[in-house]
Amino acid sequence: MSKELRTYRRLPLLALSGVMLLGATALSPAPAHAGKADDTLTFALEQEVEAVNFYQSTSRDGVILSRLIWDTLIYRDPESGAYEPGLATSWKWVDATTIDFDLRQGVTFQNGEPFDADDVVFTLSYFPSPEAKVKSRESVAWIDHAEKLGQYKVRLFLKAPFPAALEFLASPLPIYPKDYYQKVGAEGMEAAPVGTGPYKVTKIVKGESITFERNPNYYKDSPKGEPQIGHIVMRTIPDKNTQLAELMTGGVDWIWKVDKDQAESLRAMPQLTVKDAETMRIGYLTFDAAGKAGPSPLTNVKVRQAIAHAINRQSIVDNLFAGGARVVDTACFPEQFGCDQTVKHYDYDPALAKKLLAEAGYPDGFEIQLNGYRNRDLAEAMVGDLAKVGIKATLNYGKYAAIRDMIRSGKSKMAFMTWGSNSIGDVSASTSVFFTGGADDTYGDAEVKAELDKGDTSTDPAVRKEAYSKALHRIADQAYWLPLWSYPYTYAYTSDLNFTPTSDEIPHFAQASWK
Amino acid sequence: MLGFLVKRLALALLVAVTVSVVGFVLLRASGDIAVAIAGEGATETDIQAVRQQYGFDRPLPVQYVEWLGKTLSGDLGRSVYFNVPVAQLIAERLPVTLLLGALSLVFALALSIPLGVVAALRPNSLLDHAALWLAVFGQAMPSFWFALLLILVLGVWGRLLPISGTGSLLNYVMPAIALGYYATPAIMRLTRAGMVEVLGSDYIRTARAKGLRTGKVLFKHALRNAVIPVVSLAAVQFGFMLSGSIVIESIFALPGVGQLAWISLQRSDFTVVQGIVLMLSVIYILLALLADLFNAWLDPRIRVA
Repeated sequence: MSKELRTYRRLPLLALSGVMLLGATALSPAPAHAGKADDTLTFALEQEVEAVNFYQSTSRDGVILSRLIWDTLIYRDPESGAYEPGLATSWKWVDATTIDFDLRQGVTFQNGEPFDADDVVFTLSYFPSPEAKVKSRESVAWIDHAEKLGQYKVRLFLKAPFPAALEFLASPLPIYPKDYYQKVGAEGMEAAPVGTGPYKVTKIVKGESITFERNPNYYKDSPKGEPQIGHIVMRTIPDKNTQLAELMTGGVDWIWKVDKDQAESLRAMPQLTVKDAETMRIGYLTFDAAGKAGPSPLTNVKVRQAIAHAINRQSIVDNLFAGGARVVDTACFPEQFGCDQTVKHYDYDPALAKKLLAEAGYPDGFEIQLNGYRNRDLAEAMVGDLAKVGIKATLNYGKYAAIRDMIRSGKSKMAFMTWGSNSIGDVSASTSVFFTGGADDTYGDAEVKAELDKGDTSTDPAVRKEAYSKALHRIADQAYWLPLWSYPYTYAYTSDLNFTPTSDEIPHFAQASWK
Repeated sequence: MLGFLVKRLALALLVAVTVSVVGFVLLRASGDIAVAIAGEGATETDIQAVRQQYGFDRPLPVQYVEWLGKTLSGDLGRSVYFNVPVAQLIAERLPVTLLLGALSLVFALALSIPLGVVAALRPNSLLDHAALWLAVFGQAMPSFWFALLLILVLGVWGRLLPISGTGSLLNYVMPAIALGYYATPAIMRLTRAGMVEVLGSDYIRTARAKGLRTGKVLFKHALRNAVIPVVSLAAVQFGFMLSGSIVIESIFALPGVGQLAWISLQRSDFTVVQGIVLMLSVIYILLALLADLFNAWLDPRIRVA
């Protein structure tokens, strides 16, 4: 036998002993468990963020991290919805396209760089420019540029009147340190993020975790309050069952988006707190009222109203959600500014639905395709309700992008969709997206568009409210949408933790503390 | 031997090209990538801009040839989602996947070869049947289900092992068992078949007749010859494990290539998916090729045929 052959035959054995040796040296015990005992709050998210550098991210999870690392000029209280001073101590609308800000003094970035007007002017001028290649363009597209009026005074110029400006300044526009960013660029900011926020990043393990440490120099009067917990760790755990197992064994302290059946069993565990809280996301059925996808019964308003009466939304909310959801009647989230709740309400009434169908010329119902991308169980419940009045709906499920493309290109007659308004508490971020002639407007109702345009461009709250109300009434009367329900999240966390879920879909860990 | 080598290489190349074409087309058939890239809230103009920027508005064959050209020059493109080079993303995560694959293979071999030997010693005995059942069990049970069972028993009830992440090598124990178990049946059956054949051969009878101890006959003479085909099977199984790690890595939250593939699919991050599919298929093809060549080298009958 040749020498090589002998070596080959020993290969498996060699590999085995090699791995064993490696194992012997590396089999150190797992790191100590997180929790109150070592002042470390570990939370789990399903996906890793595309970028920690906020302006290179579009995901919700990026917003969660940004609230720890950075601050914004304005702070929006997630519970009351009121605007409070953040890095700006006061602000004033000079006219419909100009806002003046007075900035907070004595604030420093985590790298020691002092905060002043230069940082604000840089952030609000550089990131709206095309060369910054900001991922979420709509966050910055409304800004023209900013000017320095003094060391702590800044003027912001808008491209056009944009009443939701304060809302945007309070969320997707964290203030970056000018000198640091200009020195290290986007890649440097990604590797070692620096902000004024309550927590600073100490370690990033790609695809696995990000570790934060309390910022000892965080400014005292911050509306976020003084950070209480020493360390925060974000872990990426894609599988829900794994998250659950880690929570039950103390490997992580906090998870969210817990399913209904799992929530029930977690509620029985004394070491865990389970809470349901509403988010701004609403579900809705959209109908091809204009007949873009070809002739269909849905171009008849009576048929759309019949569907609205046929679906037992309250029963679905009661039976298929873990808790915290409610039926929504408006094409916007009820707590959003301008979301008038006095619109037409369609009660569950299958007899009336049948009558309306008969009046529309469909006494025996019809066949229709229902497109959707999430919550198949909810869609199936709706299909069941529709069948009771003679409408035979078949489900067609696809990816979000594919289904939305179908709707936009006029290939969908009826679709079950949801909208989260990017957590912006203003009707301009919900109703206006779908009914003002843009890509998502398949309805083409000039009356609705005119009112929404009025609301979107006026800075007078009374004028806006009235305009939005008219638009929402007409949308409900015409039943272009059947708004369905709000989406609650179920949170589960260690009972040692003080934590308040909020409707903006952003867990505020900087405000959490141990009991 | 040279003719055989050329034939095998050509075949491997053909498979690689086919896989890349199929992957390329399937990915584009799964929905409008431009819409996915532009994200929620993008306008038609934004989407059109994305379409032009990435060249989606051109015919599919043109896009494919361009991608192939870049790939051959070593440029896998940039991730749409992470906005970093795909090669860098894969390189960051490959060690986790390779380590998991290696440990899984070790587990599979350590379990299946002794089982195969034991089964071969007494064919059709209770032991043989027990080993068969264990193997069938491994083949029949979906790996994600087995993984969850492991988490429940060893992680939640027993608190013996860490459940997820890569804190220490202990974190790899459950994933390696879950991934390796699936490969056990094939290796075990092959070991058993080889051993049964070898144990009936003349030289073993001679060895026994010489008065050698059973252990020595088994391990020194029989097993060495019986496991030769197992080595090539193990190489192929290793390729399976690398691609099979998509599910296992997601369940155990291991930041490897598998998990990257899974989230990239969900986000229509097509450059990353293409890169991973290509990488895995090339690794697989190479392993299969190596196994073929190895076998041919050991057994002249294969080369000639």
